[in-house]
Amino acid sequence: MKHVISLSPHVHSGDSVQKNMYGVCIALVPALIASVWCFGLGAAVVLATSVAACVLCEWAITKFILRREVVTILDGSAVLTGLLLGFNLPSNLPLWIIIIGAVVAIGVGKMTFGGLGCNPFNPALVGRVFLLISFPVQMTTWPVAGSMGYLDCETAATPLAVMKYAIKSSDPGVLRQLPDSIDMLIGMTGGSLGEVSAICLLIGCAFMIWRKIITWHTPVSILVTVAVLAEVMHLVNPAYASAEYVLCSGGLMLGACFMATDYVTSPMTHKGQVIYGVAIGVLTVVIRFFGAYPEGMSFAILIMNAFTPLINTYVKPKRFGEVKK
Amino acid sequence: MKTFSIGGVHPAENKLSAGSPIREAALPKQAIFSLFQHIGAPAKPVVQKGDKVKVGTMLAEAGGFVSAPVYSSVSGTVSKIDAVIDASGTRRSAIFVDVEGDEWEETIDRSATLVTLDQRPDLDAKAIVEKIKTAGIVGMGGATFPCHVKLTPPPGCKADCVIINAVECEPYLTADHRLMLEHADEILVGVELIMKAVACTKGYIGIENNKPDAIALMREKAAAHPGIEVVPLKVKYPQGGEKQLIEAVTGREVPAPPAIPINVGAVVQNVGTAFAIYQAVMKNKPLIDRVITVTGHSVTNPSNLLARIGTPMSLLMDECGGLPEDTAKIIGGGPMMGKALVNLDVPMCKGSSGLLIMNDSEAHRPNVQPCIRCAKCVSACPMGLEPFLLATASAAHNWELVEDNMITSCIECGSCQFTCPSHRPMLDNIRLGKTTVMGIIRARAAAAQNNK
Repeated sequence: MKHVISLSPHVHSGDSVQKNMYGVCIALVPALIASVWCFGLGAAVVLATSVAACVLCEWAITKFILRREVVTILDGSAVLTGLLLGFNLPSNLPLWIIIIGAVVAIGVGKMTFGGLGCNPFNPALVGRVFLLISFPVQMTTWPVAGSMGYLDCETAATPLAVMKYAIKSSDPGVLRQLPDSIDMLIGMTGGSLGEVSAICLLIGCAFMIWRKIITWHTPVSILVTVAVLAEVMHLVNPAYASAEYVLCSGGLMLGACFMATDYVTSPMTHKGQVIYGVAIGVLTVVIRFFGAYPEGMSFAILIMNAFTPLINTYVKPKRFGEVKK
Repeated sequence: MKTFSIGGVHPAENKLSAGSPIREAALPKQAIFSLFQHIGAPAKPVVQKGDKVKVGTMLAEAGGFVSAPVYSSVSGTVSKIDAVIDASGTRRSAIFVDVEGDEWEETIDRSATLVTLDQRPDLDAKAIVEKIKTAGIVGMGGATFPCHVKLTPPPGCKADCVIINAVECEPYLTADHRLMLEHADEILVGVELIMKAVACTKGYIGIENNKPDAIALMREKAAAHPGIEVVPLKVKYPQGGEKQLIEAVTGREVPAPPAIPINVGAVVQNVGTAFAIYQAVMKNKPLIDRVITVTGHSVTNPSNLLARIGTPMSLLMDECGGLPEDTAKIIGGGPMMGKALVNLDVPMCKGSSGLLIMNDSEAHRPNVQPCIRCAKCVSACPMGLEPFLLATASAAHNWELVEDNMITSCIECGSCQFTCPSHRPMLDNIRLGKTTVMGIIRARAAAAQNNK
């Protein structure tokens, strides 16, 4: 009788790539419900198209270009990229633009570098930023919350645009156009699909921390940094919106909880994750308050993705028995 | 509750045999004594084919300072000295004894009367260490490091506490747990002997709190032994790792190799070793038997057996209902650090703490997926290393990089691979890197010696 011979350990935690990827997808469900609540059909069409396009694109590239056996297609990573890309788009975006976004996200952002685990940049953000630069008009025309149709929607300025305008005009009075902060937290404001309800995203984040899918280091360091910086700026000059508006507007929650915490493109040590999170927070506030774009989260995360290998080389975990210097 | 501070994992405990009292296994027809039952130089045979031996007769003497003698656990005739595939999986020299009856050396005290330290005022530190050395006692937790070496601190080092490893953090294994429940008094005398041997007055017994009955009993009995304190520990693997246990109990961290526990004043011994020391010093009984857990989900009757060293594993299996039909893997030791055995002909040795049977659904590794850089291995590593980096760099033979990243600190506990969602064979690669780097370090030291 032949027995299996292998080295220890002989048992496993039962964790898997699928469990983690679909765990993140489950964490996105509250935000998904909120976006469908706010944008109705448009949200459903955009998300479905984005997920389907990402999965199909990965399948096609694996099969026809890489000519590998298609095994990773249902590991959840392509579905997750599709969901996150969809959450970064407005609900009235034409199908063909979504598909271009998906092809860039999966094709350029992920498969070019070798597929799962090899990409230096967050694929969903690569797709979003590509679309933002290529189709600036379509990507920044947001339907108002409650417009339940797909292409034919009423559009309006988002809280982020209002905040930018207040800074440009140096008039704190402009900020009075913002919804009150409770509405900002709960949602029902204009913006991309995943940007509406901060509280739903936080629930998702808490779920991921509870399920040990991620640790608190990255999201907390981003949120704390942004809150502190924004509040200081607000005290110095009231034309800058206060911390609760900065935190609950735009893609900040989505970015801090779901984009910056992407396994592949964030640092491997807790210390490194804190450095990464603080830097993303600083960059976001700088771009929002001083840059040309109203939103800085995507750029901040992509810039710090590029620094991740350096952070990994520089920051080492605390070794057991290390002599404190 | 105390525990170690960096990393660690929680494997399913699966202590199937915790409620099963220790029972004596039957004598084998033939006992096989490997000469390689400890770390260090192999033992040198002192018997020849045809020699008559009794239980407790020396078969092989220590082959150096870091070595240990081997005693016969059976009475009978030496039939041959030949190679056998032992628990390490390699073919090595062993002494075969055909069993006839069960005749013991007269010098061994087989009575169950407890001998306390007060009854033996003649024993000094030197005498205790000498006795332990002659009895062939090694680390019974599985590391099998000769016990007397640890009790002989290098010059300039002084122990200020003895820590007894009764953690039993390996899933499935219950031998130490049962030993504490059934032989608490003997173990405590053993601890006192170790404390006396290294001339210190403080002894800790570290027990994980999944064994509340053992904690309660040991606490109650330890009250009569001044200086001995039972320390309950939060369940976390690998708390039985020497360095992790020292930190959990005393808060001291042993620096990276070549530093050893004595550098922070601690001497760690397994609870089974403490029991063996009691028997050796007080009962004049060399190390000839031990408690072994035979277990597994498919095993009919998971048990804790007191078995003679040299007994083939197949006999222990028969004691517990025979080898299950669906057996796919046989493991000597626990599931986290044990070694897969080629078959059940392998003889039990001094370090055999468990025999674990895995069925078809448990034995196979799932397919390996790409590393998703989730950093769970970094969080799990109790030594604060980066397993993902060490594994990939070892696979790429980048020895400098792995040496710089402290691969020699790896204790091979397997927490990284246990936790990896991509099922990557990290520890396989890290072992390759660690062995190679240790070879490089030795070669460098030898070259430096030659140049002097």
